[in-house]
Amino acid sequence: MDGSKLVKMANQIAAFFAAEQDRKVAVENVAGHLKRFWDPRMRREFLALFDTGGDHGMSELVVAALKTHRATLEPTSQ
Amino acid sequence: MYSNKVLDNGTPARTSTKTVALQIDGVQITVPEGTSVMRAATDAGVKVPKLCATDSLEAFGSCRLCLVEIEGRRGYPASCTTPCEPGMKVKTQSKKLATLRRSTMELYISDHPLDCLTCPANGNCELQDMAGVVGLRDVRYGYDGENHLQAEKDTSNPYFTFDPTKCIVCSRCVRACEEIQGTFALTVEGRGFGSKIAPGPTDFLSSECVSCGACVQACPTATLMEKTIADAGQPDHSVVTTCAYCGVGCSFRAEMKGNEVVRMVPNKDGKANHGHSCVKGRFAWGYATHPDRVKKPMIRRQITDPWREVSWEEAIGYAASEIKRIQAKYGRGSVGGITSSRCTNEETYLVQKLVRAAFGNNNVDTCARVCHSPTGYGLRQTLGESAGTQDFDSVDETDCVILIGANPTDGHPVFASRMKQRLRQGAGLIVIDPRRIDIVRMPHVEANFHLQLKPGANVAVLNAIAHVIATENLAKLDYITARCDLAEFAKWDAFIRLPKNSPEALEAETGVPAVQIRGAARLFASVPNGSIYYGLGVTEHSQGSTTVMAIANLAMLTGNLGRKGVGVNPLRGQNNVQGSCDMGSFPHEFPGYRHVSDPTVRELFSTSWGVPLDGEPGLRIPNMFDAAIDGSFKALYVQGEDIAQSDPDTKHVLRALEAMECIIVQDIFFNETAKYAHVILPGSSFLEKDGTFTNAERRISRVRKVMPPLAGLADWEATMAFAKALGYPMHYTHPEQIMAEIASLTPTFAGVSYDKIERLGSIQWPCNDKAPNGTPVMHEGQFVRGKGRFMVTEYIATEERTSRRFPLILTTGRILSQYNVGAQTRRTQNATWHDADVLEIHPHDAEQRGIKDGEFVALQSRKGDTALRAVVTERMQPGVVYTTFHHPESGANVVTTENSDWATNCPEYKVTAVQVTPNGKPSKWQQEFASFEGVQDSLLPKKDA
Repeated sequence: MDGSKLVKMANQIAAFFAAEQDRKVAVENVAGHLKRFWDPRMRREFLALFDTGGDHGMSELVVAALKTHRATLEPTSQ
Repeated sequence: MYSNKVLDNGTPARTSTKTVALQIDGVQITVPEGTSVMRAATDAGVKVPKLCATDSLEAFGSCRLCLVEIEGRRGYPASCTTPCEPGMKVKTQSKKLATLRRSTMELYISDHPLDCLTCPANGNCELQDMAGVVGLRDVRYGYDGENHLQAEKDTSNPYFTFDPTKCIVCSRCVRACEEIQGTFALTVEGRGFGSKIAPGPTDFLSSECVSCGACVQACPTATLMEKTIADAGQPDHSVVTTCAYCGVGCSFRAEMKGNEVVRMVPNKDGKANHGHSCVKGRFAWGYATHPDRVKKPMIRRQITDPWREVSWEEAIGYAASEIKRIQAKYGRGSVGGITSSRCTNEETYLVQKLVRAAFGNNNVDTCARVCHSPTGYGLRQTLGESAGTQDFDSVDETDCVILIGANPTDGHPVFASRMKQRLRQGAGLIVIDPRRIDIVRMPHVEANFHLQLKPGANVAVLNAIAHVIATENLAKLDYITARCDLAEFAKWDAFIRLPKNSPEALEAETGVPAVQIRGAARLFASVPNGSIYYGLGVTEHSQGSTTVMAIANLAMLTGNLGRKGVGVNPLRGQNNVQGSCDMGSFPHEFPGYRHVSDPTVRELFSTSWGVPLDGEPGLRIPNMFDAAIDGSFKALYVQGEDIAQSDPDTKHVLRALEAMECIIVQDIFFNETAKYAHVILPGSSFLEKDGTFTNAERRISRVRKVMPPLAGLADWEATMAFAKALGYPMHYTHPEQIMAEIASLTPTFAGVSYDKIERLGSIQWPCNDKAPNGTPVMHEGQFVRGKGRFMVTEYIATEERTSRRFPLILTTGRILSQYNVGAQTRRTQNATWHDADVLEIHPHDAEQRGIKDGEFVALQSRKGDTALRAVVTERMQPGVVYTTFHHPESGANVVTTENSDWATNCPEYKVTAVQVTPNGKPSKWQQEFASFEGVQDSLLPKKDA
C-alpha cells in the first residue's frame, strides 16, 4: 500500500478527533477508528512504516495513537 | 390514463376528525368532513359519470357530467365540487339528469373523431365509457359544424403523442402539470370554442415539459397517449413492482402483454410516490430489452484475449477455480466483492454472505462507498442509526426546508414535486448549493435564501448557521435538555459559540455574505417544523461525514427530530443504496450495521451460515484499488456496478483493474469495467426477478418478476451457483427465503416478511415487536442511541485548492434525464435530452478565456484531462464549473482526484481544481479510450445478423 496515502488518511482522521479536548480520548478515538475501519494489511503496513523510524509526516496525534494503542492495532487475521 | 380496471374515486380523499353522514341513492354513508359528494358516492358503491374529475386532482367542475340532484336544493350541482353536508339526500340518477348528461355528451362527441375502433385508447377510454354510461345513441348536431378535427398531432416527445383532435379540454393535463408535478408547462390557450391545450408557444419537446407523464396519466382520452400503447395495444395484465432508478423507490404497475412490458404506470397506492412518476421510471425502461443486453456468460484468460461464450456452468466453474487459485497463491485476503445498489436486498445480502462465508474474508463493499457512506457514519455517531429519519409524507407538514447539496428536481424528481407542493403552500426554503439549481427559482417557488457557497465549505456554512442560532439564543434548549447528552452538548456549545464560527469570520471561506447566513439561521430556528434534505453535495467531500454530523447537530439544536414535518433526510442516489447498506455490504459491518469485531454478532452469523467468520474489517473500494496496485489484491467479483466509469481518478482505477488476475463482472450490459474483466456473468434487470428494494425513507417494497431472466438466471441464482462452485452451497428456492433469513438475523428487520409486505404494501424498517407495522418516523420519544450526541465539527478546508495553474473548481452532479453512469438511460430515448456531458461555466470565466457557448473546451486537473462542450450559464458562480458523468467518453472522472472523506473514504467528487481552455480537442486519454474500446469491441463474439 502507498505509505504516503496511509499517512494522509490517518492525519485526516486525527484532524477530526483533534477537536476532542480530552487528549486521552482523542488518542483513543484515532486508534479506535483505525482499528474499526482499516483492513489488517493497511494497519500492518502502517505500523511497519512507523517502525522504520521517523514520523513520515504523521501528525502528532497519529503518532500518539500508534504508540499508545500499538497492541490493539496489530491485526488478528490475514 | 390508468387502466379502467383501477378504481377512480373522482376527487382526492379528505382527512378530518369530523365526519358527515348523508344519503346517496338511498344508501346511508358517513365520510370525513370536506369529502365531495362524488367521492362519497364512490365510497357508497355508486358511480357518478365524470370526465374532468379524477382522484389525483382537486375538483374542477367543468365537464357537467357529474351533475346530481340534492333534496331541497335548486338546480343540478356538480358532485365533484359539492362538499357533503349532514343530512344531505342525493340522487345520482333521474330522467332529468340522464337527459342533461346525454346532451353534454352529444356536444363532446360532435367535435370528436369517430375512430374508436382504430384509436389506441380503444377499450380504455373514459370518453368512450361515458358515452356508453349515458346511453348516447345519436348526435343531433351532426359532425359537419366547426370543429377541431384537422388540428395537427404533436409527435415531438419521444415517449408520447399529443393529438388535439381527441381533446375535450377537461384541463386534467394542465392541472396535473400544476398540482402534481409543479412544472406549469401546459396551459389552456384561447377562450370558449377556441380553447385548446398548449405546451406554451412551442411543441412538447421544446417546451418546459419534463416528461414526467402526469399529463398522460390524467388524460381521459387518447389525446395524450404513450407511443408504446399506440404501437402494441392495450395491456392484458399488470404487476405491481418498484422502479429501479433513484432512491425515491416509486411503485409502478408494469402493464404487460404476455411477457412484454407495454407501459409502466405509477401506482396510486404506492406510498413513496402516490401515483406520480418521472421521465426515467415512467418511460425509460426500454433498456431492459435493449439489443446490447448480455445474454450469455463469457470467459477469457487475459483481457487481450477474445471472449468465448460458454455455459453458465463453465463460466461459474472457471470463476470459482480462479478465486481458489488466487487465494492459494496470494492468501485468503487477496480477493473480494462489490455488491450493487441496483440489485435487490436479497441479492446484496447473498453477495456479502458469499464474500464473508465462501471467500472467508470481509473484503466486501458497495457503491454506497462512493455516495452515501458518510451518511451511515455521521448519523450513526449522532443519532444512533445509519438512516434518514422520516417518510416522504413528512414534507407535507414542514414549515421550512433546508436543501443542501441536493438537486431533487433532477435527481429525485418525484419527491421534488412533493416538496414543491409544500413550498407552494408557503413553507420556507433555504438552498445551500454552489449552483443556482432550478428549485432556487421556478414557477410559484422561490427560495427565501440561496446560500451560494464555494464548493467544499459545507461545514463552515452549517457551523455558521448553528453559531447564529446558539449565540442569538434561538436554540430549543428544552428539547436538548430532554433528548440529548448534555455533556456533549456543552462541549459543542462552547465550540460553536467561538467567534471563528461566526458567519462574518467565515465569509471569506464560504463566499456567502454573513447577512444571508444570519437570515437563513433565524428563519430556520423560528419555524415550528424545520426539515433538512441533503444529497451527494454533502457526502462527496473530504469532510462528508463531518457535514452529516453538522446537519444532525443543527436538527437537534432546533428540536427538529422525532416527529412529522422535521428530520434529517438523505436523498439516496440509487434505487437500493439504503438496502445495500442495510444488508451488510460494508466491509466492517454485518447486516443491520453491526461491527464484525463484535463476538456475539459474529457468533450469530457464524452459527447460521455454518462457517467461522473473520473479525477484522475488510478493504473498502478505494483500498481495494490501492491494494491491487500494491500487489496484494488480485481478484474481484463485481455485481451491478461500473467502477471503471463511476469511481474517481479513472487512471488509478484502471491501473488497479489491470493489476488484477481475475475480474468477474455480473451486469446487464458489457460496461466499462467489463473491458478489464475475465468472466462475464449476465445480469438480470428488475423486471426479471423477485425481491425487495429499500428506498431513502427505509421503505422496503417488493420487486416482482414480470418476465423470465433474459439469460436464464436471476442475479441471486447466479450468486448461489457461484457460492456452490466455491464449495459453499446455498439452498434458497425463492428470494422470500433469503428475506426470512435476513429477518432472523437482523433485529431491525425481525418483523419483515413477504406476507407482511403483501398485506401492507410496503414496510419502513425498523419492523419488529416494538413496531410490527414499521416505523415511518424514527427517534420518536428518544434517539436510537438513547441521548442525541452533538459532535464538534471543526471546519477543515480540503487539500484541493485552486492555483495559478488550476484556478477553477470543478464540481460534478447529475441531470434529470440520465441516471448514474448512464448504462440504462443512454440506451433509451432519454438521450434525446442529453446525448453528451457538457461543462457549465459562468459567462465571466468564459469571457476571460475566450470560450463561446457550445464550443469544445479542454478540462484539465492535476490528475488528467478531457474535453467536452461548454455551456455558458449564469447558473454557475464565477470560479466554479460543473459537469456530469453519464457518458463514459466524457471522462469526467479522469479529472477527479483521489481525495476522500476522512471517516469513510467516500471520494471528493465535488471539489477538483481545474483549468478550462478553449479550442479543445479529444484528450490523449479520450483517444486511448476510443482505441481501447475499439479493441475490446473486436474481442466480443460477433452478434447474429
